[in-house]
Amino acid sequence: MKILYYIILLLPSIIYSQEKISGMIMEANEKNEPIGLAGANVYWLDTEIGTVTDIDGGFNLSYDPKFKKLVISYVGFKTDTLTVSNPNQPIRHWLRPTDNLDEVTVTTRKPSTARSYLKAQNIINVNSDELLKAACCNLSESFETNPSIDVNFADAISGTRQIKMLGLTSPYILIATENIPSIRGASQAYGLSFIPGTWVESIQITKGAGSVVNGYESIAGQINAELLKPSKDAKLFVNLYGATNERLELNTHLNTSVGSKWHSGLYLHGSTLNQKHDVNHDNFMDMPMYDQINVLNRWQYTDTENGFVSFLSLKFLNDTKQTGELNFNPDTDKLTTNAWGSEIDTKRFEISGKFGYVNPNIPWQSLGIQTAYSSHEQNSYFGLNIYDITHHSLYANAIYNSIISDSRHKIKTGLSYTYDYYDEFVNTLDFKRNENSVGAFFEYSYDNLELLNLTAGVRVDHHNLLGNFITPRLHVRYSPWRKSAFRASFGRGKRSANIFAENQQLFATSRAINIIGSSGSIYGLHPEIAWNYGMSYLQGFNLFGRKGDITFDFYKTDFVDQVVVDWENPQEINFYNLEGKSFANSFQTEVNYNPFEYFDLRMAYKYYDVKTDYNSGRRARPLTPKHRFFANASYKTELREGKQGRWKFDATFNWLGEQRFASTQANPVSYQLPDYSPTVATLNAQITKVFSSKFEIYLGGENMTNVKQNNPILGADDPFGANFDSTFVFGPIFGSMYYAGLRFRIE
Amino acid sequence: MKQIICIVLMLTGSTLVAQNKNAKGSMEVDGVCMMCKSRIEKACLNTKGVKYAQWNVDTHQLSVIYDERKTNLEAIESRILAAGHDTKNAKATDEAYAKVHDCCKYREQVVHDAHDMHKE
Repeated sequence: MKILYYIILLLPSIIYSQEKISGMIMEANEKNEPIGLAGANVYWLDTEIGTVTDIDGGFNLSYDPKFKKLVISYVGFKTDTLTVSNPNQPIRHWLRPTDNLDEVTVTTRKPSTARSYLKAQNIINVNSDELLKAACCNLSESFETNPSIDVNFADAISGTRQIKMLGLTSPYILIATENIPSIRGASQAYGLSFIPGTWVESIQITKGAGSVVNGYESIAGQINAELLKPSKDAKLFVNLYGATNERLELNTHLNTSVGSKWHSGLYLHGSTLNQKHDVNHDNFMDMPMYDQINVLNRWQYTDTENGFVSFLSLKFLNDTKQTGELNFNPDTDKLTTNAWGSEIDTKRFEISGKFGYVNPNIPWQSLGIQTAYSSHEQNSYFGLNIYDITHHSLYANAIYNSIISDSRHKIKTGLSYTYDYYDEFVNTLDFKRNENSVGAFFEYSYDNLELLNLTAGVRVDHHNLLGNFITPRLHVRYSPWRKSAFRASFGRGKRSANIFAENQQLFATSRAINIIGSSGSIYGLHPEIAWNYGMSYLQGFNLFGRKGDITFDFYKTDFVDQVVVDWENPQEINFYNLEGKSFANSFQTEVNYNPFEYFDLRMAYKYYDVKTDYNSGRRARPLTPKHRFFANASYKTELREGKQGRWKFDATFNWLGEQRFASTQANPVSYQLPDYSPTVATLNAQITKVFSSKFEIYLGGENMTNVKQNNPILGADDPFGANFDSTFVFGPIFGSMYYAGLRFRIE
Repeated sequence: MKQIICIVLMLTGSTLVAQNKNAKGSMEVDGVCMMCKSRIEKACLNTKGVKYAQWNVDTHQLSVIYDERKTNLEAIESRILAAGHDTKNAKATDEAYAKVHDCCKYREQVVHDAHDMHKE
């Protein structure tokens, strides 16, 4: 009996008194240098006891005297079996590549724009190849080959292209750079033109409410731009661009590694246009003259072994614009009636820090902290109107990722804090306000790895001006058959409208500004609240043996409250809270097809029904076409064996149906416009010649059919009169424009 | 006295065995496509105690993280076999293999070739 006792007692120690062997697996090379082979399989023959080598090729494995044969295998290498006689001696083994097997290269071509079949959210990913299809000089222009985002024609005053999604203007889209909301507040109007296109690595467009992680402000959708990472970008990159309108741009990227864990990148952008253009002879410049200097310095810290990644970014921008009448001289005519002119000077400074930790042993556990501070100062005047804005903003967000029971149930939770200080000077009035909010969010994702996944999120925020509120959002994806994805979503968004910053074009009119309302906390107005509902169906198909996909998207945005921007009286602009209904319904169908190798075709039709109950009745939102058609074709020549050179061709066609003009009935007959604009069609094309991975040149044309809106400015003959208005822009003002440029890189 | 030694030894025994809540394991599992991937990973995750499963289509390597108090590699492997996928050590039964979708019949060379064609 006693013996039995002892045996039982000793059992655990026998079973668990495993010895260990250790060693290192290396890649065979001529000099026999110890180059560790990461990820090789090491296991005892005929057992399940095995491991995978770490990043340096090292491994530890339990040992038992009955184990004799150690198997080492790795794809692309010959599998070896070693006989282990002395477990105390570390194993050092060189694996030889399999020589009878030619190097296997998988040549699946990744599409440059792709909708995910698997994610719950309706996300369109745009990679850098797509961004090169148009020599996009800044972020606002980089959406031109994407039908989910509508890019408006630039007005003559700001020269900036505004974007729309689901029929709603950009303030209703949460625009973030690397998941930090960045184009908001004071930078809403021109912010997209302050991010140079070459800095962008990829863009993710989420249609519908989106995730709760980045805040409560998104209503129509979210756009996230990932910037270049110093560790991945080329050592040196130079992009030079010149256009027939004498726009010149220079982008330079310099990346270097500092030690083994630090990478640093310096990105410089300069652009200038210093020529006055007036193709329609209305004595007004067709686009502003400007100079922009934009500098970004990034520091990246990566420690993959311990799971740390950090970014520190510093950004500085100085932008000056001048526009107006050709004979306007800012030195003598500023704020006088000698000539109508405008200047917009912007200075912006940003600092952001990101810190990420992924538990190297538990891949689902991670922690992320994002912080950003920005200071934005715009000083501007438009004729006799003065508009200055200072905006300081602080953002902090901490996100913790983990799972519940197993990796099919993921959670994200965290806290966020925002602080915004606004100081605006509008003619004679000073508007100051502080906004701050503290919030907590929780998001649960379920993925059954096949047919279904969903993301349900909720956040609770306390905001000094918006009050306490809950933001729920839900996204579901279901794939009943192959290559299909049905999606549904709903969500709530809430925001304070920055009425002046978002509608700066109003200053280039002789309209009187009226704010009707006094009980609210933001300019006397109440915050905007909307619900967004969406349904989407994506189906991949094979037609004549070639791949394609078709999408149908329906989205509906219902405003519970809105700050209505009422342009319906040509002498006034009125801001008031919604009474009645305001909605934006959108339908989009998109077909992507690859009719033959290297040729891609994309076509889309979009229908928008965007209406608001104005004081004067329910009307369609001005300058929002009901029908739009989009087509893009791209072709690349085949990459020849051993050669790097190739040609790339791209063409984009856009057709816009008639757009409603805000009412001009109250104007004298000579200053009245029809109810609707004519239809507009534009064609852009670009040819790129790639000489090698180091060097390429491109040549392109915008609006090649030379379509022009002849009288973009109402009352241009009398800019200080009662009927001056530069906001009725429905098409291109400047005719066709051609450009050429080069890209040079050293990896 | 003996009893105390007994208890102490037993306790040390169990501390030595202190089982890992996030034990890692890996094995080679045969399969051919993304459908196989989701089948294999699902089979693992459906085993109580398995928290994470990742199968690589190219290397056929499966990595799992599981709670040693609740399950072990044998149990996980038997689930994979039941789902119709062979492992390095054992073959799935013909019945189990028969349930695998036609495009995933990894034991047949034709299916492999079809998938390779697809990749190109």
